[in-house]
Amino acid sequence: MSTTDFTPALSRSALRYRKLRDRTIELLLLAAALVAVFTTLAIVAILLIESSAFFEHVSIVDFLTDTMWTPLFADAHYGILPLVAGTLTTTMVALIVAVPLGTLIAIYLSEFAPHRIRETVKPILELLGAVPTVVYGYFALTMVTPALQWLMPDLPGFNMLSAGLVIGLMIVPYVSSLSEDAMRAVPRYMREGSYAMGATRLQTALRVVVPGAFSGLAAAFILGISRAVGETMVVAIAAGMQPNLTFDPREPAATITAYIVQVSLGDLPHGSIGYQSIFAAGLVLMFLTLIFNVVGFSLTRRFREAY
Amino acid sequence: MDSTTTARAQSVQQQTRQNPQEPALRSEKSSGSRDEARIETPRISIAVDDTRKVRALNVKAAVDNLSFYYGQHRALKNLTIPIADRQVTALIGPSGCGKSTFLRCFNRMHDLQPDTRYEGSITLHPDNLNLVGPGVDPIEVRMRIGMVFQKPNPFPKSVFENVAYGLRLRGVRNRATLAEEVEKALRGAALWDEVKDRLQDSALALSGGQMQRLCIARALATTPEILLFDEPTSALDPIATAKIEELISTLRDQVTVLIVTHNMQQAARVSDYTAFMYLGELIEFDEAAKIFTNPSKKATEDYITGRYG
Repeated sequence: MSTTDFTPALSRSALRYRKLRDRTIELLLLAAALVAVFTTLAIVAILLIESSAFFEHVSIVDFLTDTMWTPLFADAHYGILPLVAGTLTTTMVALIVAVPLGTLIAIYLSEFAPHRIRETVKPILELLGAVPTVVYGYFALTMVTPALQWLMPDLPGFNMLSAGLVIGLMIVPYVSSLSEDAMRAVPRYMREGSYAMGATRLQTALRVVVPGAFSGLAAAFILGISRAVGETMVVAIAAGMQPNLTFDPREPAATITAYIVQVSLGDLPHGSIGYQSIFAAGLVLMFLTLIFNVVGFSLTRRFREAY
Repeated sequence: MDSTTTARAQSVQQQTRQNPQEPALRSEKSSGSRDEARIETPRISIAVDDTRKVRALNVKAAVDNLSFYYGQHRALKNLTIPIADRQVTALIGPSGCGKSTFLRCFNRMHDLQPDTRYEGSITLHPDNLNLVGPGVDPIEVRMRIGMVFQKPNPFPKSVFENVAYGLRLRGVRNRATLAEEVEKALRGAALWDEVKDRLQDSALALSGGQMQRLCIARALATTPEILLFDEPTSALDPIATAKIEELISTLRDQVTVLIVTHNMQQAARVSDYTAFMYLGELIEFDEAAKIFTNPSKKATEDYITGRYG
């Protein structure tokens, strides 16, 4: 090799410098990626450590089966079920609003709307996602609840229905924006194939574009679910803060997030079991979100269409 | 039927296909007599501007003075071409000459884009429907005229549902009818034997050539009057290409075929008539044998001999 008469384009030191520079940049990029990984790991670690202190006082069986959540009472019960029920109920109400509405908006914007309307409506929709959630909370409490009470006079002032509906509206932009991106990613030749068969716009949208965008739509719904499960301010403000084991959205109830924010605001002294309980609640919340994500992604993979 | 196909195949190979021109003979239904006529009738050259001879052809669609505009840009300029019934007409020409644009006028695909405009007419026989007429619904046009695209574009559905798509759009619900028509179309596209055990599998799991034949089956299922092919083999390997070409040759019996191709050998192999286009204009239209052996225009000759820059 040393006797070759071929002249390298760069000198040896220049080559070494290039290699070093590439390596440095690579490490910087890796470090950036690791920030996210470490944050996640740190959160999991804190949740596990702090909740292990909680589980020294409360058995896991009680935690998962007790139907009362009364950490503030003299007779304290630590059953997570009422909070899980509240979370699932508000999430369900929100999804019943957000999934159909978000999908319909996405179908309209992606398949029907003229260019100018799409360019006007999309930013407005995305602006809806930028409104602080506390504003949505008071919107639910002071506008949606009275409106619902006009329809249902027996409805209490705090209820999960109103909170769920507003969360639903709040996550519509996420669902519609991601769904629209997924539908627009369905290649034009696929649509043309459908039109060439004599299909109308609606037939093409429903029979070709939606199935073709299925994995993207599923990702949009999963994100919507995660947002709804994790939503805090709206439920804290509009759904009441009493843990209540019910799936009836007309009743007031607390969700996991609402409970956490309530305790963090200082109702319970630091270091007490009640205080430790928010970490156990947080752990449950994380598991819930994780389950939705895993189920969602496995569904997505099953129905994935590569084109 | 078999002997017809064999005779066709031979004539395709020899590049000396003769075309029946007598209207009296053309109207006969039996394919046998059509083939005899093919051998016995002397070849008649058709000049584009000779409307009398164009009328003598059994015309499925008459393109008359067709111009097409993208906004202000005039992409097609006063095209006049007869499309012979149940024959293969090929459109050749350099990239950007308007072949595909022309093809897409037949099923009004341009209507999907804003700011496009047709002038002139494409008259579909026998009912004298002007395909590009302002009052004509593009969906009705597409119901009657099928299309196969450059890139195989099966839908993200099962093999069966892909072929049944057009039938379902037309309101066919009966399962037995659907199954029967799907099988017929798949057989027609020479795909049945390869997919009959995987009708419920995703169409996207097929090979490229199979996908393209599936798209042909999808179009055939609704018995189109004209089948448009937009460079149907440019994304396929030589073996898949040969199968598609063979298929197109056999389709001639049932449907009028219009094919855009970049491949001159392909045009020579599959087409009965060939139109050479350049810069949105029709330079020459004639029987394929004439175009490829003795073109009357210098530009055509330059293009088919590869001298075109």
